[in-house]
Formats: sequence, C-alpha cells, structure tokens
Amino acid sequence: MAQEHAAPIHGKDEGTTTGLSHRKMLMWAFLGSDCMFFGSLIATYLVYQGKSLEGPLPIDVFDIPVTSISTFVLLMSSMSMVLAYSALTKNNIKGFRIWMISTAIMGSTFIGFQVYEFSSFANHHVEIDCVSPGELTKYEQHIFDDGCSSGEAYAESHEGLKPQTNLFGTSFYTLTGFHGAHVTLGIVWLLSLLLLSFKKGVITPEKNLDVDLAALYWHFVDVVWIVIFTVVYLFGVFPGF
Amino acid sequence: MLKLSWIGGATDAGWFGYAPLTSVAQNPGTGIDFWIISLQILGIASLAASFNFIVTVINMRAPGMTMMRLPLFTWMSFITAILLVLAFPVITVALIELTFDRYFMFNFFNVANGGSVVLWQHLFWVFGHPEVYILILPAMGIVSEVLPVFSKKPLFGYKTVVLAGIIIAFMGWMVWSHHMFTVGLGAVANAVFTITTMLIAVPTGIKVFNWLGTIWGGSIRFTTPMLFSLGFIAMFLMGGISGVMHAVSPSDAQQQDTYFIPAHLHYVLFGGAIMGILSGIFYWFPKYSGKMYSERQGKISFWLIMIGQNVTFFPMHFVGLDGMPRRIYTYADNMGWDFWNGVTTGGAFILVLGFLLVMDNIGRHWKNGEPAPSDPWDGRTLEWSISSPPPEYNFEEIPIVRSLDAWWETKQGEAHKEVPASGGSGNDGHGIHLPQPSYWPFVAAAGLFIAAYGVVFNDLLIPWALAAIGLTIGFVGVYAWSLEPINDPEEEDSTH
Repeated sequence: MAQEHAAPIHGKDEGTTTGLSHRKMLMWAFLGSDCMFFGSLIATYLVYQGKSLEGPLPIDVFDIPVTSISTFVLLMSSMSMVLAYSALTKNNIKGFRIWMISTAIMGSTFIGFQVYEFSSFANHHVEIDCVSPGELTKYEQHIFDDGCSSGEAYAESHEGLKPQTNLFGTSFYTLTGFHGAHVTLGIVWLLSLLLLSFKKGVITPEKNLDVDLAALYWHFVDVVWIVIFTVVYLFGVFPGF
Repeated sequence: MLKLSWIGGATDAGWFGYAPLTSVAQNPGTGIDFWIISLQILGIASLAASFNFIVTVINMRAPGMTMMRLPLFTWMSFITAILLVLAFPVITVALIELTFDRYFMFNFFNVANGGSVVLWQHLFWVFGHPEVYILILPAMGIVSEVLPVFSKKPLFGYKTVVLAGIIIAFMGWMVWSHHMFTVGLGAVANAVFTITTMLIAVPTGIKVFNWLGTIWGGSIRFTTPMLFSLGFIAMFLMGGISGVMHAVSPSDAQQQDTYFIPAHLHYVLFGGAIMGILSGIFYWFPKYSGKMYSERQGKISFWLIMIGQNVTFFPMHFVGLDGMPRRIYTYADNMGWDFWNGVTTGGAFILVLGFLLVMDNIGRHWKNGEPAPSDPWDGRTLEWSISSPPPEYNFEEIPIVRSLDAWWETKQGEAHKEVPASGGSGNDGHGIHLPQPSYWPFVAAAGLFIAAYGVVFNDLLIPWALAAIGLTIGFVGVYAWSLEPINDPEEEDSTH
C-alpha cells in the first residue's frame, strides 16, 4: 500500500505532488468508498420502509429518548477525539491519552446501548388490556384482534423483532449492525494508538498522522450515525413516514 | 476460489445472480456460496489496488507532470480506479444481503415476506453498469496511446479525450436501468434511462472521432498493436451502434434476452476490450519483456482474430432478431437458426487458432526473442526513455516533465532537453525509494482464504470455527502489517 512514503509532518509533505500525505489521501478515498457502502445499506432500508407484511414496526419498538442519549454520547466522543488530537499537537501527551481513553469509553458506551437496544427489540413483548386498550398501533391492533376475540382479559405477544421477523428487522439489523461493527473497529484502532503512544517515538506531536487518520475515520462513522438516527429512528416514529 | 468450487457444485445462476435463483430453496448447493465469497475477496483486492492507483496518480507524479500531461492510459486507469472504489461497495452490500438471506434466513430477497427481487437487480446493475466501463476505459486508454505513436502525430484533441473519459465515467452511473427495461419499472423510468443511455453514446462518439482525427494524414505504420487498435475502433463502433439500438426501450423489449444482446456485448467487450488489451500486450511487449515478438506471426494472429470474431458474433445479430433466446443449449431443429449457429461455431474455431498464435508468439519470444531496443516504436511517452526491460526502480533520476508526450519532445528539440531532477523531486541525493518487502500481506490473504472456506463449509466439525480461525489470521496479518515500521527514506539505498 502507500505507506512507504509516510509523511513525517502531514500537510508539509514535500515529497508528494499535492503536498498532502499519501496515507491521508488514501483515507479519504476509502471514506468515499465507505459512503457508497452505507449508501447502499440505507437505500435498501428506505426501499423496504413500510413494506413489512407484519409487525413489529419502528413505531412499536423504537425508544427515541434512549437512542437520543446514545447518539449524544457518540457525538460527544467526536468532540473528545478532536481534543485528543489537539492535545497531541500541543505536546500534551497526558491530555492526549486521557481524551483517547474517554473517546474509546464513549464509543463503547454507544455499543453497549446498541446491544441493549438489539436485545430489547428482539424480546419486545406486548400486553394489551382487552377492556380499555387505549390508542393502538397497527401491530398492537393486530394482536388485539387476534387475542381479544377469544374472550380473554389480556392479549399478548412475545414474538419480538428479529432479523427474520419482517423486512424492517432484516434491513434495520443489517444497517445498524454494520455501523456498530465500524464503531467497534474504531475502538480497537483508538486503543491500539493509545498503547502505541507508550512506545517511544511512535506517536509524537510531529508524527501525528496515525491519530489524524483514526480521527477522520471516527468522525466519518459519527456522521453516518447522524444520518441513520434521522432517517431510521426519527422518520420511523414520525407520523406520515 | 471459484475454480475450486467445482468440488461441491459450481455456481449456476449466471453472472448477474438474479434473485430468487440464488435463494437456498432454488439453489441449495455450495456453488452460490463460493460465488459470493470469491466476489467479496475480489472486491477487497480491487479496492486495495484502486486506492493505490488513485493515490499514486494524484500524489506521486514526477515534477512537471500535471494532470493534463498524463499519458492517456494512466488517465483512463485513474478513472477506472475511481469507478471501482465507488461501484464495488454496492455489490458488496448486495452480496452481504444475499449471504444473510442464505445463511440466516433474512428477508431481503424473500418474496414470501415482502422482499423484492427487483432490489437485487437494481443493486447489481448500479455496480454492474459502471463495471462495463471499468472494462472498456483502460482499453480506450491503450488505443489512445498506440494510435499517435504509429501515426507519428500527437493525439487529436487530448483534452477532449480526457474529458470524454470523465463524462463516460460520470454518466455510467445514470444508465443502469437500461438492463431492466422489461422488468416493468414504468414508462417514466424507461424513458429517462433511454435518454441517458443514448446520451452516453455522445462522449464515446467524441473519442472515436478523435481517434480518427489522430490517424488522419499521419504516416501510419501497420504494426500488430496498431492493427489491433484499428480493429478496436471498427468493432467497438459496431457494438456501440447496436448498443444505441437497444437503448431505445421499445426496441429493447424485442431484443431483451435474445442473441442480439450477446452480439452487442461481444462487439463491445471482445471487439472492444479484448482487442484493446491485445493491442497493449503487443505494444508494451518489448518494454516489459525486453524482447521483440514476431511481427509476421502477430499480423497473422490479428487477421485470424478479426475475421474469427466477425464470423462468430455477427450471425448472432441475425438469429437474435429472429427471436433466438439467450442462455439455451439446444433448440428445436425447425427454427431456421441452424445455418447461422453453424457459422458461429466455425468462427469460434478461427478465434481459437488466432489466440493460440498470440500465446505462442508471446511465450516463445519472451524466452528466445531478439533483444528489444529501449525505444523500438519511436515512442512518445517516458517509458520508452528507459531500457527494456526497465530496471526494478524504473527511473534512475526522476525526469522533469515539460510537456505532453515528453519523450517525443525531448527527442525532437534541444530546447526541451531533459534535466536530471535534483531538488524538487523530494528524493534528491537519496536515490530511488522502494517499499520494503513484507510477508504480512500474504498472511492476511491466506487468512481470508481460510475464512472463505470456513464460511462456505460452516458446519465442518465445530460450526464456524474455521471461519473464525481464518478471520483471526487475516486480522493478525493486517494488524502486523500496519504496525511494521514505515521505512525511513533517510536510510534507504538506491536499489534495495
């Protein structure tokens, strides 16, 4: 690959035609490619939006406040990534390590939320009072019609949302799962850099390109999440979508 | 990988793998799994190579080599790399979805649960159409280099040819549904894709006129590469014209799935891409092998291939318009297709003969050919300024490029005398800088290979164990690779 010409100081790389380092350019090309990757997954999700033959649907399982918290955590991790890079360039290696750890922790928190969310969706169960059902979603109405017709006091369903359940499950778990895998890989990357920073001369205020590239990747994954949160979660519960 | 899939059944759903032909219900064997996983590995390899090309072209040009002084082949390879980087992720996603369907009963292409088989077609052709430009653009680049050399004229309208290449790459994204005219996407979609498909013929036509302008009035030498390049123009033009014929969606409704389509695609991909590649193989043969091939044998093989392909593929137009469907191995004998199919079979034998001659020519002369001079064609571009075959480090001193066709200009006038690069090249005083050899990429590739087998035969002994082992090896390979010390130019010697 293009590592052989790695720039000691990026942005002042005089051995290259444009003055940018090779590796940084490669990173941008990779992110362009990854855009198409997530673009295709999001397109699949949108094509199948509202096409599921049976529930549960987004409106049944999404818990917007919870996901908003995990989204907020992920966005804050981007900020701490910026602070880590900035600390490194100012020769504050201790600050760099602290901010790297906090970035990794916030990333892990996000993954924790996702695990919790996936398992709660998969075990989603519904219980409906047949006497005063209140306002029902389409899926709940379906359970109500099935369960209450036999004269029971409660109608319930433990089906949950699994990837095999319907098109929503299939496209939702694939899209968010691949995003989660990207975040996980990012955490491994950040922790590797953190360990490397204890080795002398590998990561210094001048040799900061490795951190810069990891930061690019991290911010990119965050931006993808903003799109997913908007398109999948917010549009999912918004009436009319 | 795909070859090894013959153990356990080859893939049998066509190169497009349309759903639901690839579903477990329709296709329970391991053939499709091999097909999926081989394509995924190919995708990783293509992406890695393309990233390399993109960065090299943008960022490692010689001093003075502006983008508008790049040789055409480099330009077109650069555009191809960009197309690959953007197109391959789409097929990656489609294959991932198919994999999940097959292994974990997901619903992407499961019609019973509302899945859409048309989604597969869209994803496939969003990748698949840029892919055909990935095949043809490098060939166009080769032809654009061969014609000026053997006409002793600069390429007519260099900037236009470059621009046309970029426009083709850009528009290649807007035409994918012309593969799906008969799916029933609706009148508006068909009309739009008819128009975009016809429009893409415009930049292609521009290129053809530029090539003709290049040879017009030149002092032409009919060498083997030149013949193949001229053959490329003629054949590709015919393929292009039949292409515009089925760009018209009502007419395509008649042609879809008939032999007319193989006729078209062989004229553009065989008459086009393969002829262009053959031209390149002969053109650069003296450079990469350091030997001369037999011109006489080369010319004979050209005529055999030229005649052979027309005898083989031209009758397909007739039987196609006569209604003969594609992808059949036999048909009733009263259909009236016997004669032309017989001709096609005969033509295929001529083609085989032509290709055997090409292989013999290359194989024999690579070993025992006459040594080639450094510049046998009186070339225009810089690769002809160094010895044949070139040394491992290519250029001893990075040349300074002052114009398009820099080597030609250097040979023509003292005014443009090439000055050895000292200062500005970034390598001054340190010689040529080569990457350090490494074993880790091999480890990573071996890991992927094992993992691929593990995925296909996932119930061997412990389920998924082999896949996990392979992935771990692959991960360790990549990880160790990236941790290898980046070699410092200060400590390099010039040849390594």
